Amino acid sequence: MSPALAALGGIDPWIAAFSLVTVAVTVGMGFWSAGKSKSAGDFFVAGRSVSVGWNASAISGEYLSAASFMGVAGMVMAVGYDALWYPVCYACGYLFLLLFIAGPLRRFGAYTIPDFAEGRYDSPLFRKIAVCFVLFIGFFYTMPQMKGAGTTLAYIFPGLPYWAGVVVVGAVITLNVSLGGMKGITLVQAFQYWLKMFAIAVPVFVLAAVVGHYHEHLGANRTAREAGRAVPAEVARGGLPAKAPADDQWIAPFGRLTTKAVDAAIAAAPTAEAKAALEADRRPYSLLYTYSLIIALVCGTAGLPHILVRFYTNPDGVAAKRTTMWVMILIGVFYLFTPVYGVLGRSLAPHLYEGLGAKGTDKVVLELPTLLAGKDLTLLGSVLSGITCAGAFAAFMSTFSGLLVSMTGALAHDVYGRILRPESTPEQRLRAFKWCAVLIGAVSILLGMQVEALEINFMVGQAFAIAAASYFPLLFLSVWWRGMTMPGAAAGMLGGGLSALAAITLTSVSDVAAAGARKLPAAELAAYWADRPVAKALADLWASHPLARILCEQPAIWAVPLAISLMWLVSRATAARVPADIRMKMLVLHAPEALGLKQEYIKEHEGAGH
Amino acid sequence: MKDDPLHSEAFLARLMREQLRLSIACALAFVVALVALPLLNYLAPDLMARRIGGFTLSWLILGVLFFPYVWLLSWIFIRRSLALEAAEAAAAKEASGR
Repeated sequence: MSPALAALGGIDPWIAAFSLVTVAVTVGMGFWSAGKSKSAGDFFVAGRSVSVGWNASAISGEYLSAASFMGVAGMVMAVGYDALWYPVCYACGYLFLLLFIAGPLRRFGAYTIPDFAEGRYDSPLFRKIAVCFVLFIGFFYTMPQMKGAGTTLAYIFPGLPYWAGVVVVGAVITLNVSLGGMKGITLVQAFQYWLKMFAIAVPVFVLAAVVGHYHEHLGANRTAREAGRAVPAEVARGGLPAKAPADDQWIAPFGRLTTKAVDAAIAAAPTAEAKAALEADRRPYSLLYTYSLIIALVCGTAGLPHILVRFYTNPDGVAAKRTTMWVMILIGVFYLFTPVYGVLGRSLAPHLYEGLGAKGTDKVVLELPTLLAGKDLTLLGSVLSGITCAGAFAAFMSTFSGLLVSMTGALAHDVYGRILRPESTPEQRLRAFKWCAVLIGAVSILLGMQVEALEINFMVGQAFAIAAASYFPLLFLSVWWRGMTMPGAAAGMLGGGLSALAAITLTSVSDVAAAGARKLPAAELAAYWADRPVAKALADLWASHPLARILCEQPAIWAVPLAISLMWLVSRATAARVPADIRMKMLVLHAPEALGLKQEYIKEHEGAGH
Repeated sequence: MKDDPLHSEAFLARLMREQLRLSIACALAFVVALVALPLLNYLAPDLMARRIGGFTLSWLILGVLFFPYVWLLSWIFIRRSLALEAAEAAAAKEASGR
């Protein structure tokens, strides 16, 4: 426990106050916007009238999740340089979205991605498949947000059980979404982006002024060439615990993150020759791991359904493109700051290396400001810590609201409004939206309670890899290739997405088993592994074939090409099923709005209803 | 309606080709950077470990310079893409005599 918390009998009043204000403002804005959201269009796509500035802030607010706010800094601290690929690709993945998908997708004029899927291929069956994938990726992404909520609340209020945070945050957001729908959360998320930006940037400037700058702390880490150099005097670096990676591995590429599989195999290798042979593989395999990670993050960003659905709230394709550019700038500026926490944390809070996940480096963002207490700036430290906690709150609340709206939209619009009750009136659909929000909120809370043991960044990585191998190829080819057919699209999306999921599941089965084994005394290990033949077989496979482990842990490098080739091959084989009016569909996707070809795929039943 | 130049095959093919060419050019500039940085780290580790104002060259590129580079690419793309759309719209309106 940090000194500031201990001094104040467990709960720091500043942290509690800032967190409560964040929740109160969120609920207040939800009620306020409930009065402004009236029509079904308001609820599903915010009346398609969100301006570029608001929408860019809202998308950024939705995108910067608990994994971004706390996980990225924690990962930079834990593994060093290689973790920088996460913030860079999270932000730069939007470029693919901008270049290939944003404008055309908005012009098509659907409400949801399943709408687009059905409209593009004239196939109600494909809508059903697409709905399942929206819900599936959505729940995968919801679980880490819920875990972030549970662990942050337990950090702020020591003694509070994990599930209490999950229930509180889940209930607040579900209330907000069912009150105001998309229009309501657009305002809340835009506000939360600026709160997060403020919460990440202000402590960095204060800390840098007091304890030393980014480059000074980075300079304290010696590269391989600088082995004998002394640590600069201005950086008061504590001793690193044995669990921390060495300087030259931390600051240089191909460190612990990418060599994990080979290192484990070397540890398990029986002979010195086998160890030497694996040693030679270390660097090439690291390079492969890095490329696969880049593909997953860049393509995954362009295929996350809860982000894509936001592009429908733009008034037109031009606004969709402008919004994407601003999102890249807003998110990029945020991600310039997050690694600073990791770098400062390595120098100033090395005790975090002793803990794991949420008890270790993951809380560096919340913990660093309290270090000011040691510099006779206790009050400032508490205020800044309160601000970063408020930012963490905003992070998982805004991402969960976005997920809830996209999943509720899929359920209320696609399942209820299109599949179950196509003749329902807009009023009935609006009521269905509210009920679906409550239903999905409840399921999310239940799922969130089950995942306390899993790592936030790991779960988010899974969602990205699955999105990269399913939605990205689907959208990219649907927009640009006329020859794509429904069977081709479905085969590629299911083949790519499910095989990526299967590969990732294999690694998590063996990881969960290995984590259990570490807690046991050596005498019980043989019986433990005998009870788990599958996990044992997998662990043996990883030990003898580290390459297989890397390809299963980071499947994007083969799953994305697999999805694209399946789409191409099956579409070629079923070329007769290309929709008859494909030219008109392509024209709607690509022709500038100025030509007046824009057909709203969903005819609005009423006016904009402001 | 099908005789309308707006709905002709030639118009659609040109529209998609020109936008796609622009998108691919910008994507290549991005992909080259994504492929080159790990490769440089792999092949020239000493060069990438050089210090520039406290940062190693590799950290400076990935942690700082990558962001403005992508912002620049997206700004160029949007300017060109909107200009292309305006030109297409003007040409199409002229051709169909509207």
